[in-house]
Amino acid sequence: MRKTMAWLKRSRHAFFAFAGLLIVWEAWVRIADVPVYLLPPPSMVAVDLFERWPRVLDHALVTGNEIVAGFLLAVVVSIPLAMIIAYSRPVERSLYPVIVFLQIVPKIAIAPLFIIWFGFGFTPKLLLVFLLSFFPIVVSGIAGFKSLDPDVMDLARSTGANGLKMFLRIRLPQALPQIFTGLKVGAALAATAAVVAEFVASDSGLGYLLLEYNSNLETPMVFAVIIVLSVLGLLVYYAVELIERLAIPWHVSNRATAEEARTT
Amino acid sequence: MAELRLAASRDDAAPEVSGAASAGPVSIAVRNVSKVFARDGQETVALDGVDLDIREGEFLAVVGPSGCGKSTLMRLIGGLDMPTRGEVTIGGAAITAPVTDLGIVFQKPVLLEWRTVLENVMFQIDMRGEKRRDHLDSARQLLAAVGLADFENRYPHELSGGMQQRASIARALIHEPPLLLMDEPFGALDALTREQMRLDLEELWLSTRKTVIFITHSIDEAVLLADRVVVMTPRPGRVDRILDIPLERPRGLEGRKTPEFLAAVDEITELFLANGTLHASRPVLNLLNKKEP
Ligand SMILES: Nc1ncnc2c1ncn2[C@@H]1O[C@H](COP(=O)(O)OP(=O)(O)O)[C@@H](O)[C@H]1O
Ligand SMILES: [Mg+2]
Repeated sequence: MRKTMAWLKRSRHAFFAFAGLLIVWEAWVRIADVPVYLLPPPSMVAVDLFERWPRVLDHALVTGNEIVAGFLLAVVVSIPLAMIIAYSRPVERSLYPVIVFLQIVPKIAIAPLFIIWFGFGFTPKLLLVFLLSFFPIVVSGIAGFKSLDPDVMDLARSTGANGLKMFLRIRLPQALPQIFTGLKVGAALAATAAVVAEFVASDSGLGYLLLEYNSNLETPMVFAVIIVLSVLGLLVYYAVELIERLAIPWHVSNRATAEEARTT
Repeated sequence: MAELRLAASRDDAAPEVSGAASAGPVSIAVRNVSKVFARDGQETVALDGVDLDIREGEFLAVVGPSGCGKSTLMRLIGGLDMPTRGEVTIGGAAITAPVTDLGIVFQKPVLLEWRTVLENVMFQIDMRGEKRRDHLDSARQLLAAVGLADFENRYPHELSGGMQQRASIARALIHEPPLLLMDEPFGALDALTREQMRLDLEELWLSTRKTVIFITHSIDEAVLLADRVVVMTPRPGRVDRILDIPLERPRGLEGRKTPEFLAAVDEITELFLANGTLHASRPVLNLLNKKEP
């Protein structure tokens, strides 16, 4: 409760700035008589979204499904892979250059290929979300598992602990901050990936809906869908951040806000 | 606070014994040990034919310039690395794996940032798979002994450098090892904190009589703490000389004023002058001096 209050207090400036922007937008569109198909007033976007909410929600669930499934698949595959690469020299030598190279390929450009291979359904979307989230998680995971203070390892070896204990009590907690950095980047990319995949070919999802409203010049609904998409992306991002706070409350990234909350 | 604790310790009146006499039989032997590191096709001779006997219960200091192999020597004694030639034995048996019957203190505190101070001490117990229940009380007692009684639930980042190092000393002692390896443990501390830590360490050692190998590049610190001081040469590191320090204990703050202290510091300084670690006057300084009218 106190934390929520502190958060509200901290974000009040941003809130007022945002409200101010909406008011200026609304006023300007009405005074200058801007055509609705170019720039609708925010109030109209809100009303239209409210009226067609059931339909938007159906499609949002489709896209949300793709985002969550693709992201989770990326997490499940990339963290163990990062571990193997970080701890095995031969695997690192053979796989790491491949990963670095693949990372340079503009992955969104692969979407049409996925359509050819896997059709119009769920699979190509899942794979593109997976592909975009995968790289930041792997790369930061490798960095996390590799960055180890040699003194800590000496200390650990002097206790005679076995490898599993060293992993669970030192290497893993020590890698978590960097892993979470990668997870957040991956989460932010996931929504983009899902929409792009739907742009390429689909009969449902927010990307599909967006193209449909766009071709009918229903600009208020285009705005509405963009807003829903942003909210969806934010939800995924903050879900990861919430888990981060619970998992590594000791880390600097979480410490700063905790201290801020204490002082304000 | 520190003064109070020191005053209290004087009342306990630790038995006064001259250091060298208290040392027992040889327990650790470094036999003709050399260590060569090869990296990028370049060989670094870190240690070259080091011979050293460490007696049970003695406080042994090792002084030498940076890069002369002090840390390497400590890691060899701890079984964390293996010598290129020669051998290190404990109780007569050659070391072939990390020695677990010891406590280590590094120059950095090396605390785990996700554990509280108390949990960092308990880390030692967790890693050894011992029962936490059996050690929680002594962990708290140890923290009190190093002046951290009120800080057991703090995280490392909330502590000063000196307090962090005290926590790491508690961690090195919780499993009651007979041997303590300290690699420049006060090297990162400010001068006053360092002096306090030195006083507290002597007090601690007098009450436990563990074998301590204490690495430092402070001549004063070595002389004030140790029964014997090993003076090393610049790289490749060799043992230049081993000096007995016949100062009465506890040496406390008075130790510095004794003629024995001054004599030992002088002798070590002379050794460093002779082996090239120190230069009485640098040629470049002479040049600068000449330029002045
Ligand atoms: N793991 C290593 N690989 C290569 N060279 C090393 C390694 N450890 C130490 N050295 C080298 O050995 C020499 C002695 O190092 P060290 O024992 O750390 O010295 P000191 O602790 O006295 O400053 C240095 O020249 C250092 O660069
Ligand atoms: Mg060193």
